[in-house]
Amino acid sequence: MFSGFMVNAWEVGTMVAVVGGVVGFFVVLRGSAFPAHAIPNGAFAGAAGANLIAVNPLIGLGVFSFGAALGIGALSRRGRSDAVTALALVMMLALGAAFLSLSTQYEPQIFSLLFGEILGVSSSEIVPVVVLGVVCMVAVAALYRPLLLSSIAPDIAAARGLRPLRLEVAFLVIIACATTMTVPVVGALLIFTLMLGPSAAAQCFTNRAGRAMFGSVAIALVTIWLALACAYESNWPVGFYVSVFSAAWYGIGRGYAAWHSRRRPARDASRVTTLAS
Amino acid sequence: MHFLFEPGFFSSAPVRTALVIGAVTAVVSAVVGVFVVVRSQSFAGHALTDVATTGGSAAYFFGLSPLLGFIGGGVLGAGAMNLIGVERERRRDLATGIVLGTALGVAALFLYLDTTNGATTGATQQLLFGSIFTVDPSTVPLVLALSVVALGIVVAINRPLLISSLSAELTRARGINLRLVAVLFMIAMAVSVGLSSIAVGSILSTALLIGPAAAAVRLTKSMRASLALAAALGVATTWLGILFAYDSFYWITSSQGLPVSFFIVSLIFIVYLLSGLTFARLGFGRASRSRPSVVRRASRDSHEVGA
Repeated sequence: MFSGFMVNAWEVGTMVAVVGGVVGFFVVLRGSAFPAHAIPNGAFAGAAGANLIAVNPLIGLGVFSFGAALGIGALSRRGRSDAVTALALVMMLALGAAFLSLSTQYEPQIFSLLFGEILGVSSSEIVPVVVLGVVCMVAVAALYRPLLLSSIAPDIAAARGLRPLRLEVAFLVIIACATTMTVPVVGALLIFTLMLGPSAAAQCFTNRAGRAMFGSVAIALVTIWLALACAYESNWPVGFYVSVFSAAWYGIGRGYAAWHSRRRPARDASRVTTLAS
Repeated sequence: MHFLFEPGFFSSAPVRTALVIGAVTAVVSAVVGVFVVVRSQSFAGHALTDVATTGGSAAYFFGLSPLLGFIGGGVLGAGAMNLIGVERERRRDLATGIVLGTALGVAALFLYLDTTNGATTGATQQLLFGSIFTVDPSTVPLVLALSVVALGIVVAINRPLLISSLSAELTRARGINLRLVAVLFMIAMAVSVGLSSIAVGSILSTALLIGPAAAAVRLTKSMRASLALAAALGVATTWLGILFAYDSFYWITSSQGLPVSFFIVSLIFIVYLLSGLTFARLGFGRASRSRPSVVRRASRDSHEVGA
């Protein structure tokens, strides 16, 4: 379990969990579950297109996920953002379907793009994952306070002169960056579950921002390590385990929050309310 | 004529079935979709399509009809989302996302089992992207019956639906069971999503649900006009998509043509983009970021009724 190709899987999995936990903290806080689902899912079309014209799938993923982030941001100015997100997503998926039908691709490859093939990560794929992961973390660190403020208290943020739409686009670009890094190794669907479940659970346990963020990273790490071990033992897809464990964490978090608020009803434990870390 | 309709378009039985099923599912999706758009439930609508994928992949695994799987999965998913909590906007998104993620994980497992069992080749592509030309004509009566169910639910609860999307207080004041309305509506959504899953594949059925409706809500000022326009746009894009896909067998000689769902979704996307343009250009109505006319109209109606 700890030799050969599995070493790569452990390394990449750990990296993905750290980025997923940090970005996921803001995804949950800002209620951006839909774009966090739409961007990775649509970006799979980019990988399919890149395969078709024989370039590195990472380039296709990058083009599609950044295009999606900017497109959703631009169209949301004029339309309803949830409808715009849905339409951008299906448009990219439809392109993906067209690319797949044009290529002579083998079905397992489609499957691995959508649901991940972390157990087949090669050493050459690790470097770009690490680079993009670092870029993501730096971007989050640079935007940490404005993002936090505009998520918790939009009116105060506006009074301080922060532009909510620009911040939203910047955040979508961060999601796009995380997407590009993770889709080739863990699949379009896994990164979404990894961003949502652990962070939502962490925000049930504490309402301090810093603790919640570290908590979500820790839970994401435990989730992916457990999922890797189970996938290795059972040969079932790793995405299945990650999604089920993430949902289980959320269940535990909600249970804790309910139990906690019964003991101390004044505090709503399921919401980050303090800027202090 | 031959330039537009390649030989055999109208005499082909699969095409005729496709046109009928396409039209029916487009109308149902568009009507349900208008309410989805007005209630800002696009994410839930999309999530139900993914939950339907899970049902479809499970149906493949157990050798059942995919339609039953799509709808069964959708209804179960709708129940789960309601159970976790849909009452608060922020939590609603989260609940939707969690159910969606879990469903996709389970779908991954079933698809993996489907492909390793080797009994069904092409299950992933067939389920996710669909092919309206391969629909069995014997499912047409079932499709029609389910369409009636979905439309019936929406017609029966259309007023409480609109009022509850306006304000919770107004709803309570009029003694409407908010939870019941939400659950019934989710079931109607699940049925309509299941239907369009056969037509364009489960992950693209979101397009039929949201696209025509979002364009229609942008372009019209009353609920009735929105519903009519959405249905018309849905049928038009579906039929054109089927035509283009059929013709593409002849355009691209090297392959088996492009998928129907690609054309339908592209047309819908173009229609949505154009609806934004004409809106701004002709300047009829208000800025697009304000509340949709449908909602204002409904609030006026409800005041009249309540007075």
